[in-house]
Amino acid sequence: MLTPVVDDDGAPFWEYAARGELRVQACAEPDCGELRFPPRPCCPHCHSFDSEWRRMSGKGRVWSYVVPHPPLLPDYAAVAPYNVIVVELADAPRIRFVGNLVSGPEAPINSIAQERIRIGAKVQVVFAEGEDGTGLPRWVLERP
Amino acid sequence: MTGAGLKDATAVVGIGQTPFAKQLPESEKALACRAILAALDDAGISPAEVDALASYTMEETDEVEVAKAVGFGDLTFFSKVGYGGGGSCATVAHLAAAVATGQATVGVAWRSRKRGSGPRPWKNTAVQLPTPAQWTRPFGLLRPADEIAMLTRRYLHEFGATRDHLFNVALACRNRANQNPAAMMYERPLTRDMYMTSRWISEPLCLFDNCLETDGALACVIVSAERARDCRQRPVYVHSAAQGLPAQHHGMVNYWNDDPLTGPAWTAARHLWKHSDFTPEDVDVAQIYDAFTPLIPLSLEGYGFCGRGEGGAFTEGGALEIGGRLPLNTSGGGLSEAYVHGFNLINEGVKQLRGTSTAQVPGAATCLVTAGEGVPTSALLLRT
Repeated sequence: MLTPVVDDDGAPFWEYAARGELRVQACAEPDCGELRFPPRPCCPHCHSFDSEWRRMSGKGRVWSYVVPHPPLLPDYAAVAPYNVIVVELADAPRIRFVGNLVSGPEAPINSIAQERIRIGAKVQVVFAEGEDGTGLPRWVLERP
Repeated sequence: MTGAGLKDATAVVGIGQTPFAKQLPESEKALACRAILAALDDAGISPAEVDALASYTMEETDEVEVAKAVGFGDLTFFSKVGYGGGGSCATVAHLAAAVATGQATVGVAWRSRKRGSGPRPWKNTAVQLPTPAQWTRPFGLLRPADEIAMLTRRYLHEFGATRDHLFNVALACRNRANQNPAAMMYERPLTRDMYMTSRWISEPLCLFDNCLETDGALACVIVSAERARDCRQRPVYVHSAAQGLPAQHHGMVNYWNDDPLTGPAWTAARHLWKHSDFTPEDVDVAQIYDAFTPLIPLSLEGYGFCGRGEGGAFTEGGALEIGGRLPLNTSGGGLSEAYVHGFNLINEGVKQLRGTSTAQVPGAATCLVTAGEGVPTSALLLRT
C-alpha cells in the first residue's frame, strides 16, 4: 500500500495524525483565522504566513465515493473492489478528506459492503494503530 | 485592449496525423516527425520556414530533437503547456499569440504518444503527478478514472443525471467513429446493452466511460491570416482562444473548494466568449475533450450550452448526434477515434471547417474545440 509522500506543508498534519488527532491548518492572524486544506505556506485570504493546526471533531458526512476495480497497483488490486470516499467535515463543510469507509480502525478498505455507502451518511474519523495504517485517518459509519 | 488582438489574426493551414493503433512499431520521435511533415505538406509550407513550436509538457519528443530531425529553420518561439490533456488547445493558442504579435511566422503544434503500448502514467508511483498526491493516493484513489469518478458520483447525485446520459456521450462518439476509417473503433458498434453490462473501472464509471489507449501522433500548422490566403488549404481561423485555471482550483482532485463541479471550463469559457463575435448558440459543431464521458456534461455547462446541472439532460434525444443540437466529437474523439491527449479533436475541428470530415456537419462554419476539463484547461473557437 502507498504511504503519504509528505511535503513541508503537509508534515504537521501527518505528525498530528500519528497521535490520533485530526487537525486542519488555519490562519493564525486573529482577524482572519480561515481554515485551509490542503495546507500551503500562506493564507489565500489575508496573506499571513502564520498558521496553527486546529483540532476537528472528526465528524463528517460522505460527500461522494467511488469503487475502484482493476487494473490497479498490485496491493490495491488484491483488495478490489474497495471504496474511496470524500468526507465533508461537520465543523467546516468545505474542508474535505479523501479516505476509506471501514468497519473498524484496523479493518481493510474492502470491509464495508458497497450497498451500505450513501452520500450524506454520517461518519466519524478513526486512526489505525497497526503497522499498515499508522497515521492514516479512516472513517466509520456513525450508525453501523 | 490595444493592437489588433488575436481574433481571426491567425489560421490553421495544415494538419497531419499518423495511423492510430493499440501498438505502432515506430518510436514517439519518428511518429512526431511523420505527423509534423504531413501537416507541413498539407499546408504547402517547407519545414525550413518553421520558426515556432508548441507542445505539451508531457510530450517526450523535445524541440531540439524534432527541429534537427525534420530540418526546421531558426526557431524564435517555443512553448510547452502543462496539465496533460488540459494543454491541447493552448498549444495552438500560444502559437496564435506568437504569430499575431510578430514573434514568429510559421508555428507547428504537435503531440506524439505511445499510450497504447507504453506505460500507464499512474503506475509510476515514484513520480509525483501535479496533484496533492499525499491526500489521495494512499487511500487507493490512484488513477485519473478514480479521481473523475468521484466528481461524477457527486454530479449524478446532485443533479439527477444518470448512466444513460453518460451512455449517450459514449454512443455519439462511437457512432462517429463508425463513420471514420482512421478511428480505432471504426468497425466496432456500441449498444446500450454492451454499455450497461460492461466491466467497471471505477464505479460509477464503466469501461465505455473511459477513453482509448492509443499509439499515434498529430500536428497542425499556424500562420498569419495574410499568409493563410496563399496556402494550399482553405484557412481555418483561430477566432478566439483561452486558457483557464480557476481561483482555488486543485487539479483533477478538485475536492477542496466551494463548488468542485464548477471546473476550469467555466473560467476558459468566460474568456473565450468575451473575445468572440459568437455565442454558444452559434456553434455548429463541437469537439469536447472526452477522456471520460462525464467531462462532456460538465463541459457543456461550463461553455454555456445549457444551464448548470443540465448537462446530462442536454444529451437526450440525439442532441450530440449528426443533425442534433450540437454534433459532438465527429471523428469519434478520445473515446472512440484515438486518445492522443485531445490533439485529434483539434485536427477534426479543422476538417469540419474545411468540409472534409468523415461525419461532416453540412455547412459547418464555427467549431468549438476544448481541452481536458477537470485540470487547468484551454479552448479554441475556430471559424471558416
